[in-house]
Amino acid sequence: MAVLSDLVVVLLLLTNLRLLGSSRIVACIQTVALQAVVLSVITLASSLSNLTPAVVALTLSTMAVKGLLLPWLLRRAVRGVGVGREVEPFVGFTTSVLIGGGLLGFSFLISKPLLVSAPPGISAMLIPGAMFTILTGLFIVVSRRKALTQVLGYLVLENGVYVFGSSLAVEEPLLVEMGILLDVLVAVFVMGIVIFQINREFDHIDTDKLSVLKD
Amino acid sequence: MMLWSVILIPAVAGCVAMVPPLRAIRRMLLLLGAVWHSVAVVWLCLSPAMTAGDSWIALDAPGKLFLVIASALFLAAAVYGLGYLRKEEGTATRGAEEGFLFRNEPEGIFIGCLLLFLASMSLVCICQHLGLLWVAVEATTLASASLIGFHRNHRSLEATWKYLLICSVGIAMALLGIFFLATAGRGHVHGLTLTRLISSATAMDPVWLKAAFILLLVGFGTKMGLAPMHTWLPDAHSEAPSMVSALLSGALLNCAFLGILRGHAVLVAADLGVFSGQLLLLLGLLSMAVAAVFMIRQTDYKRMLAYSSIEHMGIMAIGVGLGGLAATGAMLHAVNHSFAKGLLFLAAGNLLAAYSTKEIQDVRGVLGRLPITGCLWLVGFLAITGSPPFGLFVSELTILKGAIDSGHWITAVLYLAALGAVFIPMARHFLPMAFGSSGESSQNKSCPLEAREPAWSVVPPLALGLAVLAMGLYVPQPLWGAMREAAAAFGGH
Amino acid sequence: MTVCASILHVLMALTLSPLLLGVINRTKAKFAGRCGQPLLQPYYDLAKLLRKGAVYSRTTTWVFRAGPMVGLAAMLLVIGLVPLGGVRALGTFPGDLILLTYALGLTRFMTMLAALDTGSAFEGMGASREAQFSLLAEPVLLLSLAALAICTRSMGLSDIYGSLHTLDSARWVPTASLAAAAIFIVLLVENARIPIDDPNTHLELTMIHEVMVLDHGGVDLGLIQYGAALKLWVFSSLLVGVVIPWQIGQPVLDLLLGVGGIFALAVVVGVVESAMARLRLVRVPQMLAVAAVLTMIAIIWALR
Repeated sequence: MAVLSDLVVVLLLLTNLRLLGSSRIVACIQTVALQAVVLSVITLASSLSNLTPAVVALTLSTMAVKGLLLPWLLRRAVRGVGVGREVEPFVGFTTSVLIGGGLLGFSFLISKPLLVSAPPGISAMLIPGAMFTILTGLFIVVSRRKALTQVLGYLVLENGVYVFGSSLAVEEPLLVEMGILLDVLVAVFVMGIVIFQINREFDHIDTDKLSVLKD
Repeated sequence: MMLWSVILIPAVAGCVAMVPPLRAIRRMLLLLGAVWHSVAVVWLCLSPAMTAGDSWIALDAPGKLFLVIASALFLAAAVYGLGYLRKEEGTATRGAEEGFLFRNEPEGIFIGCLLLFLASMSLVCICQHLGLLWVAVEATTLASASLIGFHRNHRSLEATWKYLLICSVGIAMALLGIFFLATAGRGHVHGLTLTRLISSATAMDPVWLKAAFILLLVGFGTKMGLAPMHTWLPDAHSEAPSMVSALLSGALLNCAFLGILRGHAVLVAADLGVFSGQLLLLLGLLSMAVAAVFMIRQTDYKRMLAYSSIEHMGIMAIGVGLGGLAATGAMLHAVNHSFAKGLLFLAAGNLLAAYSTKEIQDVRGVLGRLPITGCLWLVGFLAITGSPPFGLFVSELTILKGAIDSGHWITAVLYLAALGAVFIPMARHFLPMAFGSSGESSQNKSCPLEAREPAWSVVPPLALGLAVLAMGLYVPQPLWGAMREAAAAFGGH
Repeated sequence: MTVCASILHVLMALTLSPLLLGVINRTKAKFAGRCGQPLLQPYYDLAKLLRKGAVYSRTTTWVFRAGPMVGLAAMLLVIGLVPLGGVRALGTFPGDLILLTYALGLTRFMTMLAALDTGSAFEGMGASREAQFSLLAEPVLLLSLAALAICTRSMGLSDIYGSLHTLDSARWVPTASLAAAAIFIVLLVENARIPIDDPNTHLELTMIHEVMVLDHGGVDLGLIQYGAALKLWVFSSLLVGVVIPWQIGQPVLDLLLGVGGIFALAVVVGVVESAMARLRLVRVPQMLAVAAVLTMIAIIWALR
């Protein structure tokens, strides 16, 4: 059982690496969907002791929203915007992957003082894994040009925070979890609308060129 | 029951307004929503205080204060907004800066989002459960995003995107901080309601608590506009329509501050108040310094007002970070700053409507051209820079006294230096705009010699100005008591 | 008994390694729908080459003649270091994984030197490509072996591979799977398989290893091809030891099991070669960077 949970965390790390190194937007969207599925599995596994119908419903709805609905919305946005399907990064892909390795080491480092006080019964690699996902999300937001990839980075960041929260069996009431999920859904929806309008006004979604307002 | 209606009525009105009925009905909904909200808030203030207990929403002292501010400001903005929307009717407008044609957002979405914005801000103020607080703050971000992008031109869209992304990423970090808080209380505390957290704060793990506060400060500080996470603020507050800017600066920043205050309260209860206070102090001083530096080279008067907001958020953070008397001063400052900034932004809206430019150097002789607005502009300048007899003087002095009383000499010196450093550039920008003959503007933009000042554009800022003046002349004892009670939750007295 | 098993292992490596190449070629042919070369074709090729004479260009020196011989000698040394199926290698001591890496490096170095010695730009280009990719591949190999060494707390290759199955499964499975993935990528790079290099064509666009040996002929070419077969055997046994670490107890049976695993791996390599196209040369460092990060994860996992 411990082996399986370790392997699932390894899978989470590998999805992050794929996000850092992939150059096609559609591949990145599929990887984020896969990450959502992995998260739901982690959530289910960590709350196996007190499995209530509410928890199962929450997990299934998370999987449906983050794994199916949001990627569908984003793929529609990619088609609708009509710009190229290449991720355009500021740093190259090899450098991104190597920086990802550095972020992984860093997340293990900062999880060390927190691991000491961590509750027992969860995979010891989960907290560093969640930190790594958060750092990967932040890095993607910062280092990618296209607005759509920044939305993907935000989703990865939310995934990391969600892994952290749900796997520590934080007793969040069902309403709050649903609220968080709804907020993420509406946030991506609103971001998609804004991207659509940006594309209509500017004819591109390159956020590096949005630099009129400055001091 | 009344408490729920404070949120639900504006929310329902907002949803209804998005469905396209008659224009008149939409605007009536806006006004009705604002009036109902104010009536409900007044009723709640006058009714006896209820204990928070274990419920998720309850009105405690800080929440009451911020709710009153938000409600009053929204009423002023709604009245202003009715006239503004009537003026903005039409198909396409030519943009002031770049001359591109742009089309405004549909009015229904604008009014609907305004009311939803009010509803989510009210939820933030009355929330006692930290998870629900996060949901409400994120809802305010989403509701205000479409408000900022009302004019769908290049600059507004850029500002909207920056706002949306930076604030969403920041608030996600705050969510991580809330989860850290929950982990800190593992085994001792069930649930994230404030009363439970505070009552068992001493039993929580200090390492997780400290890490949680850092994340909450960074996350909600992004939304509040503390440096160095403030980069979205000048763009968003300058590109939004003026009454939206007033609401953002005056009400939304306060609500984000409420998130930080809740975290600070938990740490104070856990005897870690010195740690969180020092962090707040550091970021507050940094914000004031950043505002002072960037104020010098401003050429856009709305951006200048936005940097002034950053400075005042820094002052509030310093006040709460110092604790004691300064915390009470910070609460008073919240009220004064919101009203003064609302006054300034609404007056700036009048200027923009009359002169069609946001450049400082193109606006001259406002006192002659638009007398009432010119007076309001000068009054606002005096108020926001902390001159007596306006309210900000009292609150800034209270914070200074608190700093000196508790022996924070260096803080007091830096605080005074920053206040002075902001006063000079602001005077250099404001005074030539108000005085000066109208022929001095560098570009011959056509400004109608007799610019009309309709009642809707003057009465709300005038009311706000009178409120700031009243707060400066005399603060009644019950009001002081309310401020003290609000500050008591995080180490004030 | 174990010494006999080790000698048996070395003999099997020496005789069966060209068969690996035959198996890979046959698999590729079957995938393409062809009948393919006979399985023993590499032996016939070696026999043919050993009968031929060689022509040496006037620009070459003794380095050109020494290259294949030193390379083969180093490969024979490596064969003596590698364990298979729990059978200890012929010569093993703590720290021999470093000797293994450097002996492989010596082979590569002599090949590159011989290629540069011809004075032709074509071979020089191949040597530079080889140098660039091995710059990234060598640390990956060393680090994955290091991850396994940390996991098993021993420094000798035979000790590592022999004790891998005795550990608690939660400890070694994640590390071993990541290290195996990294070693597989290094196998493809070092042995000039698609998706890195196409061993069949002789076009400038696609060659890395082939182009370095373009000027060799006769016995030299035979020695080089035999050395390449031995290299494939070495990497395959390293990988098979990680993927199938369990042992029956009988040395000879374990050895046969290991040899079977190696041939299965050869079929897998053939499948991979048939299923993928050759990567653009700029993508190869990316693949190696991914392998490097995988080994880093493996090491971090092993360290906890």
